[in-house]
Amino acid sequence: MPEKIIYVDNAATTKVSKACLDAMLPFFEDNYGNPSSIYKIAHTAKFALEKAREKAAKALGAEKEEIFFTSCGTESNNWAIKSCAFLGKEKGKTHLITSNIEHHSVLNSFKSLEKQGFNVTYLPVNSDGLIDKNQVEKAITEKTSLVSIMYANNEIGTIQPIEKIAKICKEKNITFHTDAVQAVGHIDISLNKGNINLLSISGHKIHAPKGVGILYIKKGTKIKSFLDGGGQEKMLRAGTENVAFANAIATALEIATKNIEEKEKKVKILRDMLLQKIEGKIEKFRVNGTLKERLSSNLNLSFEGIEGESLLLLLDSKNICASSGSACTSNSLDPSHVLLAIGLKPELAHGSLRISLSEENTKEEIDKIAEVLVYSVNRLREMSPIWN
Amino acid sequence: MAMEYSEEVMDHFMNPRNVGEIEDADAIGEVGNAKCGDIMRMYLKIENGIIKDVKFKTFGCGSAIATSSKATEMIKGKNIKDAARLTNQAVVESLNGLPKVKIHCSVLAEQAVKAALLDYCKKNNLDVKKTLGEDFNIKNEHECESCE
Ligand SMILES: Cc1ncc(COP(=O)(O)O)c(C=O)c1O
Repeated sequence: MPEKIIYVDNAATTKVSKACLDAMLPFFEDNYGNPSSIYKIAHTAKFALEKAREKAAKALGAEKEEIFFTSCGTESNNWAIKSCAFLGKEKGKTHLITSNIEHHSVLNSFKSLEKQGFNVTYLPVNSDGLIDKNQVEKAITEKTSLVSIMYANNEIGTIQPIEKIAKICKEKNITFHTDAVQAVGHIDISLNKGNINLLSISGHKIHAPKGVGILYIKKGTKIKSFLDGGGQEKMLRAGTENVAFANAIATALEIATKNIEEKEKKVKILRDMLLQKIEGKIEKFRVNGTLKERLSSNLNLSFEGIEGESLLLLLDSKNICASSGSACTSNSLDPSHVLLAIGLKPELAHGSLRISLSEENTKEEIDKIAEVLVYSVNRLREMSPIWN
Repeated sequence: MAMEYSEEVMDHFMNPRNVGEIEDADAIGEVGNAKCGDIMRMYLKIENGIIKDVKFKTFGCGSAIATSSKATEMIKGKNIKDAARLTNQAVVESLNGLPKVKIHCSVLAEQAVKAALLDYCKKNNLDVKKTLGEDFNIKNEHECESCE
């Protein structure tokens, strides 16, 4: 029997839910046919694929024809950004806009486009971790073809005014993409009503497996195929469809988008409880990013005088799974670009801790986390030369 | 944790040896900087050329703490010439290896010891080569690009 763990790293990934598992299992051993074939088990698979598309569309307030299954959130982001950039270039538009707190799958897509001759504006966020729609408006030029701003940030959970930005883009006839990987299931998104052209989703953040994503493409949005191959997904995304995972992500979306308000309220109580429990017991720490426009599940803290990886190791020794923006937890030498973008000094970024909750966490777990956190921070400070 | 640490590293991280300060230290060495995420400070008590006591304080990741702890263990009781020959490789070997991206922590640990020994020479107006050996040098391999 493995020891019971306290999992508060749901922004990294989530446990596959029983419902998702059940939804995909029939497509491995029974209905394993290729949806493009003509016999019965293929038909069943094709039918299930389209059912999954319908289900996903409904959960997002979108049309079935607007849902495209991909292999992950990273692919959805790469596809949306790169193909729109190149479509724009055909019309002489070579300017792109994004933010400086995007996930690497977005940031590095833009970096790669820069090397290919595009001009990219990286809009800075304020110290709360927010972008103002006016910044976007000001950055737009005649050459701008695409704006891509993330819905909710994966490190600090801040939520951008996406529909407002989307509206500006629509008025200026510019394609708008948003990386909603961290937002779906936490924010009520109704795509038919809004002006978002392209929206990326990843399965494993909402209790579906890793390795499946969706790109929502609003009707009328121009986009090119990204993977050359067969005629799947209306000739836009080649590759034999992963029916099992399509069913899993559709099921995950259906569940995640239900009772959002209620679930967020519950998680927020836990988050606020944790914050309250350590306030007064730990001195000199800060909350990174605003607590207002923020995912209820996210808490990102920086502790003076200590380094994040050693904190994670101490938490891990008590079976608590969390993460940090410290350089030592990545393979790079730099601390989190998001924490630096909101103005943190590198040493505070090194001393950061991200807790990302799910509805399954309990008050007892919060008690335990608070207790271990207080102990661990104090212990590390005792051996820190920059703490006294 | 993506980082794979040996049992020996985890032992030195979870139960670090020689943590603390020495009030009347004969020498202190400090290396690294907060910007890069690691600082090590070593305190030495030296009598008749022998390291009688050593303590450290480290701000840094698990391997920074473990390498500091290991280094103090390796030099305690040694004469200063032998201590001055501590290499980062020896620290790594003694810890049964470190992940590649963490090797710079062992370099820091070596540097911290050597910085303290240099401080000892300076404070006592001792000739560095005569006191610590002809081949004494502090290598500067800390690979962090943001370090000035
Ligand atoms: C905001 C954001 N975008 C994109 C991704 C990438 O998703 P995936 O892991 O499915 O490629 C992640 C998760 O790592 C994320 O948090």
